[in-house]
Amino acid sequence: MKVGVITFPGSNCDSDVVDCLQRVGGFEVGRLWHKESPDLSSFKLIVLPGGFSYGDYLRCGAMASCSPIMDKVKAFASQGGLVLGICNGFQILCESGLLPGALARNLNLNFICTDVSVQIEASDNPWTLKTEKHQLLSLPIAHGEGRYIIDDQGYEELLKNSQILMTYRNNPNGSTHNIAGICNRNKNVFGLMPHPERASDLRSRDGLKIWDSLKTYLGIQS
Amino acid sequence: MTAKISDLTLSTIELAEILGISLVEYQHVCQSLKRVPNFAELSIFSAMFSEHCSYKSSKKFFKRFPTQGKRVIQGPGENAGILDIGHGWAVAFKMESHNHPSFIEPYQGAATGVGGILRDIFTMGARPIASMNALCFGSLDFERTATIIKGVVKGIGEYGNCVGVPTVAGQTLFHSSYTRNPLVNAFALGIVKTDEIYRGYAKGIGNLVVYVGAKTGRDGVHGATMASKEFSSDEELERPTVQVGDPFTEKLLLEATLEAMKSGVVVGIQDMGAAGLTSSSFEMAHRANSGLEISLDKIPTREPEMAAFELLLSESQERMLLVTSPEKLKPLKDIYEKWDLHAEEIGKVVSGNRVKMTLRGNTVVDLPVDLVTEPLLTDRPSSPPVDLKQRWFLDRNKMLVATLNSKFQSLMEELNFSNPQRLIEQYDSMVGNRTVGGTQDDAAVIRIRDMGEREVRLAMKADCNPRVCWLWPREGGRRAVAECAINLAVRGAEPIGITDCLNFGSPENPEVMWQFSESIEGISESCEALKIPVISGNVSFYNETDGKPIYPTPMIGMVGIIDDKLPLPHSNFYSTQLEIALVGPAEGGLGGSLMASSWFKRECGQPEETDLAMLERMLRFCQRLRKRKIIHAAHDISDGGLVCTALEMAFHSPFECTGVEILIPQETDLDRFLFGETIPRLLIAYEPIERVDLENTASQAGVKFTHIGNTTDSSLFTIRQGGAQIFSSNIPDLKKGWNHRWDKFFK
Repeated sequence: MKVGVITFPGSNCDSDVVDCLQRVGGFEVGRLWHKESPDLSSFKLIVLPGGFSYGDYLRCGAMASCSPIMDKVKAFASQGGLVLGICNGFQILCESGLLPGALARNLNLNFICTDVSVQIEASDNPWTLKTEKHQLLSLPIAHGEGRYIIDDQGYEELLKNSQILMTYRNNPNGSTHNIAGICNRNKNVFGLMPHPERASDLRSRDGLKIWDSLKTYLGIQS
Repeated sequence: MTAKISDLTLSTIELAEILGISLVEYQHVCQSLKRVPNFAELSIFSAMFSEHCSYKSSKKFFKRFPTQGKRVIQGPGENAGILDIGHGWAVAFKMESHNHPSFIEPYQGAATGVGGILRDIFTMGARPIASMNALCFGSLDFERTATIIKGVVKGIGEYGNCVGVPTVAGQTLFHSSYTRNPLVNAFALGIVKTDEIYRGYAKGIGNLVVYVGAKTGRDGVHGATMASKEFSSDEELERPTVQVGDPFTEKLLLEATLEAMKSGVVVGIQDMGAAGLTSSSFEMAHRANSGLEISLDKIPTREPEMAAFELLLSESQERMLLVTSPEKLKPLKDIYEKWDLHAEEIGKVVSGNRVKMTLRGNTVVDLPVDLVTEPLLTDRPSSPPVDLKQRWFLDRNKMLVATLNSKFQSLMEELNFSNPQRLIEQYDSMVGNRTVGGTQDDAAVIRIRDMGEREVRLAMKADCNPRVCWLWPREGGRRAVAECAINLAVRGAEPIGITDCLNFGSPENPEVMWQFSESIEGISESCEALKIPVISGNVSFYNETDGKPIYPTPMIGMVGIIDDKLPLPHSNFYSTQLEIALVGPAEGGLGGSLMASSWFKRECGQPEETDLAMLERMLRFCQRLRKRKIIHAAHDISDGGLVCTALEMAFHSPFECTGVEILIPQETDLDRFLFGETIPRLLIAYEPIERVDLENTASQAGVKFTHIGNTTDSSLFTIRQGGAQIFSSNIPDLKKGWNHRWDKFFK
């Protein structure tokens, strides 16, 4: 097993991610159930997919961050394992403390589903290795709570360590400093609001850049 | 109703009347039972004899619909219809109304409408992969209209987005007849392997009846009866009868149910929709020709001390009734437990044709199935409106003296000519990663990526033109189907079937009954011409307030198939160096057109009849265009005529500078050419080099092809006649108006 995709109750992009990684990315994929606490050591990458885990009741990602499997994910990340959170997965990573900051309601208070242009801010990490700094990607977003928030001090930290990987060209949701995706200080945990799996063999092909980066980083032949 | 009445209270004629049961119906029940029904039983009749559940005024007309076809696996009468799409796969789809609840409480009304239609799909064993909606809103002068629009859009969006079913297309229109009766029609489509289809059968004596999903509360009690009533202005009092939706529970129910079906632990299943446990239990028994014994004490409830009539009629959402064998109960329960849902055994399937229910030691219900499921049909009087000829009068002289500029302007101010992007982007249109395109195209296209190597694409569209339906219901029905077909064809799809959602006023009004039967006739005529079946449907009567009915709105949802790997045609002006041609007759009818309504401030004129033979030739033309791989853009001409079609193609152009130049062909009536709406007419655009090939294709298919203009890089919309320019306007300015008409509702 190379990639594990977690299903939380209310995840709704889990099958999309599994299909995309297998069929388009050529990865070997295993499904993980949130109530289990399996041994993750055989995995190279764990993906927290998008959706509405626990209905997004309470706060987006708050309940899922307490699921049994999250202890394993935290341990996996602390040992340098790669963890990717897309959309609701990003929210869960922030709630569980694996990533700094938080995601709040979009500024216009509406759900927004549209294609956006994002700019790559750093490529010295496993996730955007195959892109150039300032390169533009067209990726879709679909969220009601994607406004990334961080305080000034936190923002300085992110900047200093090149943890901001993507920013919006035309900020759709009011994110601070146009942030669309960030990684942790060790760069092995990455969360983003846009959906690369929806831009891998439909719409644009720009989502492939992330999978290609990962394959290169993991030494998988594409 | 006074507090003294309990489940076992014997009913009276007066009580029956309060619950909307007619004297004839009540006498029929008493005679058949040879006794007086108790109050719990009376409640069952009240719901099941309601128009909403019984189709008592409409049933006899359905015989007219063509329902057969080589693809039909399941026709009307089940939770959803099913068509074969080849390679061992099938598609299930249906459209349903949630009009009344959406007026009373727009957010929950619309949300639970989506929830209900999704359950109809997955109870057939199909995974829902796309939904559409058709929304009709009223006058903006009515202050609640904005609230209704916002609530409905949020309700649809938040429910569908959370469950993870993309909303891929829709129709939104405005007309004052919907002011106090907005329409919310929800369509859902799912896919299923042909050997994994489930149905609502309570079969196998000794099998168990199992309740799954959310607990039962008092919400929605008598919802079905409410949906069969006209509104009076004090509808505010109805609020407790609207259900509350929980999309998260729906998502769990969806996954758990599909998993249970895959593991083979389900015998039959039905959603507890309108009239809740009552309709699901009686209908499942009816279909399997069996009886049921149910212990109401075992129903999981949200509130204590619920009476039988409340348990029976509650429309609490996200609940299912299913039948399983005794040895499969444990694995079934385990699957639902895994998804944090509870499955409770509440009864069993028995021989005979009676449903018996007990509560707190009493037999509260003991009724023959057929008495409940086969209500007395009513033969309603029907007659055309007396002023039909007046409605068909269109004062051409008044239009002829007006300037083109002023007519054009009046169309540009139409709310019905606006960019719905603000609304659409609140729906997740891509979850599932199957949406190829289409929220703004003639029809949405999704790919079925679940069939392995073989990739089939499906196209879908919902459409109805209430202006035409009001003026001439038969043509309205005909046109709704024809319009969907042409929308599908321009995207490259071949129509395979329809579902309908027939929204009308009170069936007690003879004119409404006439509109209804005529619409059905028109729908059937088109379906016959296209050789496609009606596979599911829904009727919503009593869409009227204080005696004023809505315009007849027989909404059609059509599905088509694209069984090749060719690229989809463009739907916009994809270059500034294209030629533009009109395919079909040079002129269109003004009767019932958006132009006529906008100019005369009322619907008028006799709509021109859709030429069904030509429609067929037009579909053939679209198919051939594809097969010959001629790169082109195509867009159907409908609301607003050629002018609005050309503008939409320009607005969606990737280039800001795209201009359009139209030349009026000789001896052509200007208004009829520019604003006429006869079906079928198409606007197509292509590289000049392709013209000969296109002309040949058109002549082979037997459709008229007229080169009428070209795209430019001037960003101007210009019209020329006999060498002279007679009109010019700046496209970016027009686009601004088109874009911003929705701003007042959404920031």
